[in-house]
Amino acid sequence: MKNLIILGAGTAGTMMANHLHHQLQSPDWQISIIDEREEHHYQPGYLFLPFDIYEPEDIIKTIEEFIPKDVKLFKQKISRIVPTENKVQLANGDELAYDVLIIATGAKIAPEETEGMKGSEWHKSVFDFYTFEGALALRNKLRDWQGGKLVVHITEMPIKCPVAPLEFSFLADSFFKHKHMRDKVEITYVTPLSGAFTKPKATEALEHLLHEKGIHIESDFAIEHVDNEKKEIVDYGGRTIPFDILVTIPTNKGDALLERSGMGDDLNYVPTHKATLQSKEYANIFVLGDASNIPASKAGSVAHFEAEILTDNILRYVKGEPLLEEFDGHANCFIETGNGKALLIDFNYTHEPVEGSFPFAGIGPLRLLKESRMNHMGKLAFRWIYWNVLLKGTHIPFVSATMSESGKKFD
Amino acid sequence: MEKTIAGKSITVNEEGYLTDFSQWDKTVGETLAAEAEITLTPRHWEVIKYLQDEHKNQVALSIRRIGKSGLVDIKEFYQLFPVAPLKTATKIAGIPKPASCI
Ligand SMILES: Cc1cc2nc3c(=O)[nH]c(=O)nc-3n(C[C@H](O)[C@H](O)[C@H](O)COP(=O)(O)OP(=O)(O)OC[C@H]3O[C@@H](n4cnc5c(N)ncnc54)[C@H](O)[C@@H]3O)c2cc1C
Repeated sequence: MKNLIILGAGTAGTMMANHLHHQLQSPDWQISIIDEREEHHYQPGYLFLPFDIYEPEDIIKTIEEFIPKDVKLFKQKISRIVPTENKVQLANGDELAYDVLIIATGAKIAPEETEGMKGSEWHKSVFDFYTFEGALALRNKLRDWQGGKLVVHITEMPIKCPVAPLEFSFLADSFFKHKHMRDKVEITYVTPLSGAFTKPKATEALEHLLHEKGIHIESDFAIEHVDNEKKEIVDYGGRTIPFDILVTIPTNKGDALLERSGMGDDLNYVPTHKATLQSKEYANIFVLGDASNIPASKAGSVAHFEAEILTDNILRYVKGEPLLEEFDGHANCFIETGNGKALLIDFNYTHEPVEGSFPFAGIGPLRLLKESRMNHMGKLAFRWIYWNVLLKGTHIPFVSATMSESGKKFD
Repeated sequence: MEKTIAGKSITVNEEGYLTDFSQWDKTVGETLAAEAEITLTPRHWEVIKYLQDEHKNQVALSIRRIGKSGLVDIKEFYQLFPVAPLKTATKIAGIPKPASCI
C-alpha cells in the first residue's frame, strides 16, 4: 500500500483530502492528514469579529467533521520533513513514510519580526485581527472605546488576503458611523506599497473609496519599530505616525516547520512551480494554499482553484504521466466596503482586476470592481459556501478554476 | 515611450523605468539619480551594482532581502535613498520596479 500524506488540515489540506479520497483508495492507497489543532477556523470571519458582526461560534468548527472517514487524521504537531528519506517526523517522536506529500501548512503572523510590536501594548492598544485571539481582544477594546486615532497598518507584503486591511478600514468607518461617533475617530491607512492595493485599476477604485469615507492614506511606509511609550510607529526614514489604537498586520510567514526542514525561503514559503504546484526541489512533494511561494494571492478562493488543478496533477503524477501546467493564479475576492456593500475582484497572474460582470458575461448578477449590495450578500454567503461547499471539495457551478475573460472590460 | 536621458534616447515605461537594460550606463544612472535629487557616492554605486546582480540572477527584490544582503542594512539603505528607497534605487539602476506582491 502506498501513502499520501497531507500536512495541515486547514482550508487547502481539507479540500485536498476531500478531493483525493474518492480517487486514491484502499487497498492501493492510504491517505493521512496531520494537524496540531482541534478546531478549524473560518479565517475570513476574523474580519467581522471585532465589529460584533459575527460571534465566535459562527466561525469555529472541529477539524474532524470535515475529514472523510477513510482518511487517517493525526492530531499532532509536525516537527520535521526529511525530504531525502521521504518521511515526516511528529512531535511525539513518531515517523511516517510517504510516497507523495502535500504541504498545506498555511501562513501565520510573526509580530516578533518588528521591534516593539509584541511589546507592552500588545493586545492593549496594539492589535492584530489575523488571529482569533487578536480579533477578540480588538472586539473587546472597540466595544467601549471613546474615539481617537485609529491606525490600520500593513507591515510588509505578502500577507494573506491582501484586501483584508482595507476592508477593516471600511468596516471601521461604518461601525463608528452607526455608533454616532465617526467624528471622534480619525482613521489612517498605512501601507508599505505606493498605493491602496497592488494592482493599478483596483487601486484607483479603492483609493476613491478611502477618500469618500474620509480615511487618510500613508503610503511607502516601511516600519522599523513600534514605540510603546509614545504610541507611534516609526519607519526607516524616520517618519512617525501616532496612534491610540494600532491595528497592524504583522509580517506573515510560513510555518517554522519549513525552516526546521530546510525547505523554506527567507519567509518560510516553499519554492513551488507556479503552474503545476509541484515543489521545485522534490518531484513527489506538492504545495498549495498559503504555504507556497507562488506569486498568487494568499486566499481561500485561490486554494480552492489550486485544489481542483492539483488533484488532477497528483493523479497524473501517480500514473507517471506529465503534469499539466494549468494554474493561472486565479483569485476571486469580495471586498467589504461597509454600509452593507461590497466590491468583487477577479484576477490572475497576467490580468489585473477590471470592471465587468460575474460569473455570467454581461449578466452578473455580481458586478466586478463596483460597489453593490449584491456583492455584500455574496460575501456573507461565502461563509455558508465555505463550510458546505468549498471544504468538501465540491466544484462551484459556473466558476472555473482558471479565469474567464468574457464579460470583462480589458483595455 | 522614449525619453532623452543624458543626451541619449532611451525607452522607458509610464513610470520612468528603463525597459531595456542594455541602454543603461553610468551617466544614465547619474541623470536619473539627479532627477530624484540624489548625488551618487561610491556607496550608492555598490548598492546599485548589487541590485543589478540580483536582478540578473532573477532574485525577487524586497526591502527585507536588502536588509539581509550583508551589504547594507535597511537603515543605511534609507539614508542613501531617502524616499521610497527600493523604487528609487531600482529606477536609477535601470532595472524593473520590483513587482509588489499580490
Ligand atoms: C482576516 C482574514 C481574512 C481573510 N479573508 C478571506 C476572504 O475574504 N476570502 C478568501 O478567499 N480568503 C480569505 N482569507 C485567507 C484564507 O483564510 C487563507 O488563504 C486560507 O485559509 C489558506 O488555507 P491554507 O490551508 O493554506 O492555510 P490554513 O487554513 O491556515 O491551514 C494551515 C493548517 O496547518 C496547520 N499547521 C501548520 N503548521 C503545522 C505544524 N507544524 N504541525 C501541525 N499542523 C500545522 C495549522 O494548524 C492549520 O490548521 C482571510 C484570512 C484572514 C487571516
